Amino acid sequence: MPILTYRDALNHALREEMARDPDVFLMGEEVGVYQGAYKVSRGLLEEFGPNRVVDTPITELGFAGVGVGAAMVGLRPVIEFMTWNFALLAIDQIVNAAAKMRYMSGGQVGMPIVFRGPAGAALQLGAQHSQCFEAMYAHIPGLKVIMPATPADAKGLLKAAIRDPDPVVFMEGEMLYNTKGEVPDGDLVVPIGRADIKRAGNDVTLLCYSKTVGICLKAADLLESEGISAEVLDLRTIRPLDLEAIFTSVGRTHRAVMVEEGWYFCGAGAQVVDEIQKGIFDELDAPVLRVTGADVPMPYNKHLEKAAKVSPEKVVTAVKRVMYRE
Amino acid sequence: MATNVLMEALSPTMEEGRLVEWKKQEGDTVAAGDVLAEVETDKAVMDLVARAPGVMLKHLVPAGTTLAVGKTVGVIGKVGEVISIAPAVATPPPAAPAVVATAVAAAVAPSPTALPPVAADGVAARVKASPLARKIAADRGVDLARVQGSGPEGRVVARDLDRATPSTAPAAAFRPAVSAGASFTDVPLSQLRKTIAKRLAQSIGPVPTFYLTSEIDMERVWEAREALNAGSAADRNEAGKASKISINDIIIKAVAAALKQHPACNAWWQDDRIRYWNDVHVSMAVAIDDGLITPVIRHADQKSLRQISAESRELAGRARERRLAPEEYTGGTFSVSNLGMFEIDQFTAVINPPEAGILAVGGTVQKPVVQDGLVVVRRRMRVTLSCDHRIIDGATGAAFLKTLKLMLENPLALVW
Repeated sequence: MPILTYRDALNHALREEMARDPDVFLMGEEVGVYQGAYKVSRGLLEEFGPNRVVDTPITELGFAGVGVGAAMVGLRPVIEFMTWNFALLAIDQIVNAAAKMRYMSGGQVGMPIVFRGPAGAALQLGAQHSQCFEAMYAHIPGLKVIMPATPADAKGLLKAAIRDPDPVVFMEGEMLYNTKGEVPDGDLVVPIGRADIKRAGNDVTLLCYSKTVGICLKAADLLESEGISAEVLDLRTIRPLDLEAIFTSVGRTHRAVMVEEGWYFCGAGAQVVDEIQKGIFDELDAPVLRVTGADVPMPYNKHLEKAAKVSPEKVVTAVKRVMYRE
Repeated sequence: MATNVLMEALSPTMEEGRLVEWKKQEGDTVAAGDVLAEVETDKAVMDLVARAPGVMLKHLVPAGTTLAVGKTVGVIGKVGEVISIAPAVATPPPAAPAVVATAVAAAVAPSPTALPPVAADGVAARVKASPLARKIAADRGVDLARVQGSGPEGRVVARDLDRATPSTAPAAAFRPAVSAGASFTDVPLSQLRKTIAKRLAQSIGPVPTFYLTSEIDMERVWEAREALNAGSAADRNEAGKASKISINDIIIKAVAAALKQHPACNAWWQDDRIRYWNDVHVSMAVAIDDGLITPVIRHADQKSLRQISAESRELAGRARERRLAPEEYTGGTFSVSNLGMFEIDQFTAVINPPEAGILAVGGTVQKPVVQDGLVVVRRRMRVTLSCDHRIIDGATGAAFLKTLKLMLENPLALVW
């Protein structure tokens, strides 16, 4: 099985879908000539031409709106935001136009559009460029929210998102672009809304997605050395949530820790915890704890930034609490 | 984290206990396993031990207080730890000593954070348990109030039930502990047996009991006893008293021998099965100051009269001093209750669950009986067998009683 970076896996997904379906096109800042701020669109302009790989001005609301209009007339746009921090400028098109079009047209107008780009904190990019907005988008009926953790999932889920008839918010991990992993050959499509067990375990379930999957795998290694067997369940899709997989895993381990990069208050994990307490109350042996980013604007200072971020050590501490082993 | 010290179930049937004496005073250092207090259970005076190390921060009840199982009697924690707790008021004796303020008590200040308050009427705050622990407890019929929780603020979590289930099963589902190597055969209930059990239990209380009475000629037992005791007059026990064999010793020996021949009567009701014991452990009812207790003579069928006699005397003595360990008064397979010394002619005894039967023994009296067409004076004794009809049918019980009668009327059968 070929080893690919997360970045190249996304690139392959775009190339394969653009080759498969002439209605698919990519639009955003620096996606063409510069080949993407993170080089996800490398080679695509050369291969598909400027009609299908469109460089835009720095006008997030504008090109998001053009994308919505294109989807209304039957194309399948992929709108790249240089980061999801900048998409705040386009949120009216995403929330008020894309998410509601099928509903408000009485089902007459579809919205097969993908909004994609990197999310979350990298290193010392400051408060305005180190944010996680999945909870905001997952809050909106009409949007699907996908956050892959591995190259294979990135490829398979982006292909599924492009083929989906509804608007998809596709959030990539800025720190994941260089990570490598095996990606199966062929037309890899990963179904939207299915979680995946990245490591099996018996004592506690670590619920995670995107960057926190790697953190949880490291935490699981640390826990193993202390005799605690942790299951790492990668949600992959925030909305719709794979409740069956969550309930099956937590119902078996009886303890769970929800690990997310974003802020604590009203974070995406809060929804997961609510579903667990409602769905499998009698299976719980401890309150479900959440490990999240600190409830502050991300500090620029290197040490403060580190302290504000989720870490394997913080996950281990939470696990010991739910295991009553602190 | 402070740990509540609970009134624990120190005997299988204990529902409340009287705190006789605190062995650790407030401020004393405590290691896990240390004896904190002596508690009088329904059967004996037992040790209440520490479940966590620390310092005895607080006695919540004075010595002499009677409390239900599961109620908090004290708190163990770190020196200076702030706890918040209202004293549990139960039934302290008159002039109960006030809880004396000590240096440690000074640290005991109201705080909204630490321990759950115990309501002033003595009813503890509800048991804290994880949802999973509640589910497991419900499945197993375990009373959570009797389980010491190891989670924060004493929360009962799943692992506590794994540890505690055997010793904390409530009386309703009481199954005496079975020691390793115990020998018995479990026979699942047949449909017929199930129907009989259900219908009879509907008719009479939980244990559908019937009674069989037999009058036994005791002349030869009497002679045997006289002869044995005359021969062993020089045989003295530790206290210097001649160790004489009693009629009751002979009855226990005969009951054990008869049970060996009638295993159908040497059994336990186990709800979904009947446990037929290969061992014979005879419980003997002993009256004590404010009740009774049933020390067990184990393997009575394999013991000599002299052994049974010595053991029953020793057990009865310690029973009256309330110094029996739980394993000494549980695990019997059949009971004998003797009120002969009170000149009772005949009575019915109440079955000691899960045993299948109990033999009520009346006094041996001289009376005229007809023998070979002549009226003669004989020593006679009436025994009444109480049978759990779910296990023992009329004919089964009667057959056992007949064997017992033959053995007592011909005591040589006991050595045969």
